[in-house]
Amino acid sequence: MEFKTFVFYFLSAVMLLAALRVITVRNPVHAALFLVLTFFSAGGIWLLLQAEFLAVVLVLVYVGAVMVLFLFVVMMLDINLDRLRERFWSYLPVGALVGVLLLVEMVMVLGGSYFGLDEMPTPAPVDASYSNTRELGLVLYTDYVYAFELAALVLLVAMVAAVTLTLRKRKGVRYLDPAAQVSVRAKDRIEVLKMPAEKE
Amino acid sequence: MESMLQPVAELFGPAWPVVWTLLKIVAIIAPLMLAVAYLTLAERKVIGYMQVRIGPNRVGPAGLLQPIADGLKLMFKEVIVPSGASKGLYILGPILALAPALAAWAVIPFDDGFVLANINAGLLFLLAIMSVEVYGVLIAGWASNSKYPFLGAMRASAQMVSYEVSMGFALICVLLIAGSLNLTDIVNSQGSGRFADMGLGFLSWNWLPLLPMFVVYVISGIAETNRAPFDVVEGEAEVVAGHMVEYSGMAFALFFLGEYANMILVSMLTALLFLGGWLSPVGFLPDGFHWLVLKTAFFLFLFLWARATFPRFRYDHIMRLGWKVFIPITLTWVFVVAVWMMSPLSIWR
Repeated sequence: MEFKTFVFYFLSAVMLLAALRVITVRNPVHAALFLVLTFFSAGGIWLLLQAEFLAVVLVLVYVGAVMVLFLFVVMMLDINLDRLRERFWSYLPVGALVGVLLLVEMVMVLGGSYFGLDEMPTPAPVDASYSNTRELGLVLYTDYVYAFELAALVLLVAMVAAVTLTLRKRKGVRYLDPAAQVSVRAKDRIEVLKMPAEKE
Repeated sequence: MESMLQPVAELFGPAWPVVWTLLKIVAIIAPLMLAVAYLTLAERKVIGYMQVRIGPNRVGPAGLLQPIADGLKLMFKEVIVPSGASKGLYILGPILALAPALAAWAVIPFDDGFVLANINAGLLFLLAIMSVEVYGVLIAGWASNSKYPFLGAMRASAQMVSYEVSMGFALICVLLIAGSLNLTDIVNSQGSGRFADMGLGFLSWNWLPLLPMFVVYVISGIAETNRAPFDVVEGEAEVVAGHMVEYSGMAFALFFLGEYANMILVSMLTALLFLGGWLSPVGFLPDGFHWLVLKTAFFLFLFLWARATFPRFRYDHIMRLGWKVFIPITLTWVFVVAVWMMSPLSIWR
């Protein structure tokens, strides 16, 4: 077995196990950490495909930022496992439906006659100077620039919306203005008075 | 070098690349650990003299064996696991605090061509690794099942995520100028320009055209490594020692190793990205590894100097500085540098 194949199967095994643990483990914090492991292994598999930019960005964005904030919230939850499992049976039909739908879609994509392995040509091997980052950048800012800008705009709108929804203006709040604090001078606060000395 | 090693390579057969890489890793990690040990001594000495004290001077000549004694002491202490702790994660925390700080050294070039993995996306790799660093603190804080570590972990995650953004934007300016994500290329691109031709290389390094980014990067670097005056994560006056409260012995030492290895990493990165790495500041002196060491040592001294000088920031001030001051500045500068490069006034052609 080639070393690369071994690495692929190793990473895939870790990823599948971790993904399975995400949904089977009881503690939500452990589940979130297993999800981190899943992302990490997925990044490794992308590296094997010479998609180093995507792999690094997956780790940077999902592991480094999204999951940190996710953990931030999950850690603060007061988790009552019994209450969580109470409604398990009532949610099961909806969950099962979504699961079956996903399975059907995956079978159609992976095993079907449109996107199956047999239909796809083997990608040409690239030389050492090939930079995945550069190629992606070129395509992203030329051919797909409108789609890219549109996605950026949608994200911006979502950001503004999130801020507006949570922003509450309260009246009578007292807070310090750091700029005013820094620019304060002694004569703004202290008045030095000249008084004639009083003699007895 | 390669031909000299030929007989050894034949001895190991197909396992040779692995053995050779492992040897190189040891050659990087061993001096690094020694540097970490003596950085702790340097810190105590420097801060001691700044506060008109002498600092440690009892163990060995002039206190030179102090870090060794400290290490040995910690090694022989028991690692206590609190009864309410999540055991697996409790052990994993300190390991995850140290591992990324070591993994990042894989792409750091020490001289032209002296690098463990000369990958194209070196800078991206560094950003990704540094963003993983927060997990050690986060996991340790939660797994301890105690209030102070938990508060420390909360602060850590918010602070490190915030300063990563401004750090990332500062790096974007650097890679815009260098036109490459490879660290060796970034250093070499600083070696040319009008001033470098006049023999004044230090004026053509990135720190001058990117002065605001340089300042933002250094300050963000201090915040990212949770060092004073941004050390609210362990702030002993408020949360005792944050995520480290419940740890003892070697598990506690791992946090320390990670923190100091990170300091050295950030200092060396600043030297590589903004101060020309191994390039000589003036034309008549040869380039070399010693310049990188000198520049790194300067930034390490800056870390210690800042700790001895500034009082700790209040938490809301840290957040304000990160989000309301640094991010607007860096965003504007990314734009300014991009326009500057495209304009006829560009100095990077």
